[in-house]
Amino acid sequence: MATQQARTLGRLMLSPTIILLFVWMIVPLAMTIYFSALNYNLLNPGMENFAGLDNYYYFLTDPAFLAAFRNTLVLVGSVLAITVVFGILIALLLDQPILGRNVVRLMVIGPFFIMPTVSALVWKNLLMHPVSGLFAWIATSLGLEPIDWFAEAPMFAIILIVSWQWLPFATLILLTALQSLDAEQREAAEMDGARSLSTFLYITLPHLARPITVVILIETIFLLSVFADIFVTTGGGPGLQTTNIAFLIYSQALMHYDVGTASAGGLVAVVVANILAFFLVRIVGRNLEA
Amino acid sequence: MARRVAVAHTVTATVAAWIVGFVIFFPILWMAITSFKTELEAFNTPPSFLLFQWTTENYATVQERSNYLHHAPNSIIIAGGSTLVAMVIAIPAAWSMAFVPSRRTRDILLWILSTKMMPAVGVLVPIYLIFRDLALLDSRIGLLCILCLSNLPIVVWMLFTYFKEIPKDILEASRMDGATIGRELVYVLTPMAVPGIASTILLNVILAWNEAFWTLNLSTSEAAPLTVFIASYSSPEGLFWAKLSAASTLAIAPILVLGWFTQRQLVRGLTFGAVK
Repeated sequence: MATQQARTLGRLMLSPTIILLFVWMIVPLAMTIYFSALNYNLLNPGMENFAGLDNYYYFLTDPAFLAAFRNTLVLVGSVLAITVVFGILIALLLDQPILGRNVVRLMVIGPFFIMPTVSALVWKNLLMHPVSGLFAWIATSLGLEPIDWFAEAPMFAIILIVSWQWLPFATLILLTALQSLDAEQREAAEMDGARSLSTFLYITLPHLARPITVVILIETIFLLSVFADIFVTTGGGPGLQTTNIAFLIYSQALMHYDVGTASAGGLVAVVVANILAFFLVRIVGRNLEA
Repeated sequence: MARRVAVAHTVTATVAAWIVGFVIFFPILWMAITSFKTELEAFNTPPSFLLFQWTTENYATVQERSNYLHHAPNSIIIAGGSTLVAMVIAIPAAWSMAFVPSRRTRDILLWILSTKMMPAVGVLVPIYLIFRDLALLDSRIGLLCILCLSNLPIVVWMLFTYFKEIPKDILEASRMDGATIGRELVYVLTPMAVPGIASTILLNVILAWNEAFWTLNLSTSEAAPLTVFIASYSSPEGLFWAKLSAASTLAIAPILVLGWFTQRQLVRGLTFGAVK
């Protein structure tokens, strides 16, 4: 059907994208691999020498790496749990007959459009400030001791902020999936006398399995590199309590100028992300008839 | 009886949904309200919700004294520019994959997707050094290029899923009528593709506007967009809540409006067509 001319033209039109993305992926990655095998500190230019796997050894055995690794797991795991569970509940709620559904939808989707530096600072100052924040006032009005969020539970505070940013994403995708669930199927189940809990368990939840997987994979890819929220609130502290791998690499590179170790860390992050990406690409690929 | 149950159900669901929506939206609302308070009022406990002396002085201050008017154009140039360049590169690519697919098209699409999976922090060091050596640090053009490349996979994918839905019969009919490929592109495809192109542009402007990894790491003042400008309020001496709120409100308002328009297309764009 497509003529030879059209095919040639098609290839020409595709090539800029492929070349650009190839360069964008390969050049920095090759440099990261190269730097990761060097002793290279920006403070001592010209002193680079071959380090073999030393940088990996330093990065992986550094107690800061273990702390950052644990923090990354806690952050990603908690935000995923919170956004998926509440996402399902809110999506189920919004799927009901509701007056003014569109307005509610707009309110729920709102946080997704807020730039991370704004949401982190608004939460930190206006809501979570231990003296003048709104949460402190609520706690005091209830006769409780206000919590100094970023001193007493810094990681929890970050988790709350990031969950707030990603809840709309999960909700919106799950709601879209719910709305494509055949109403007849559900009604049939109810006619058969299925209780709403078993309708949910045996019909709705299996239908949501794939969208939930997609939400988990895409969120994980973004959550592995949460940076701005930590950058403007805690700066990774107190101590290392809120340092995740992304922030650790940033501080190695741009605060300690240790290019070698930061590159080794960067490569560790790439490997972790690629394991996840493998599964996401497979799921998307199954759905694609190109 | 059944009717009454249905009414009760609707009322309960409506009340619950409005409460949930209000709670989720509240931080944004609270920020907007605080932006109309005086600095003193903003720190007051108990906080006043609506009954205070509303003032717009923060907006005036943010416009005059701080460099809001310097950073907002940076955001517009970087977000708008990176999106436009990405569209120029991606439209032909998506067109070719949707209308003249080859055996490898599927693999190419999945490969394009996989380039988006690269964590930015993994290539921070080389990009930073390249930028330093090419004197691109803190330059608009540098940020524009980086954001364009990092969003290119999403742009190609979104456009592809839209172009895929254009019926091929129309193309064949126009070819029978002797239309050349150029005419076909301009007169037949473009009008049908406009809605898809428009929502791709909107989503990518939003993503680029809010991007806060590269902008924080590669710009400091001259090219700094609003994400970086707002981050400057995190320093202890910058703790002016009312002004922070005013600056933040100005920074997010345009995007919030755009976002609300695109929310229907958002799911498709962000899940690479895996959820429709």
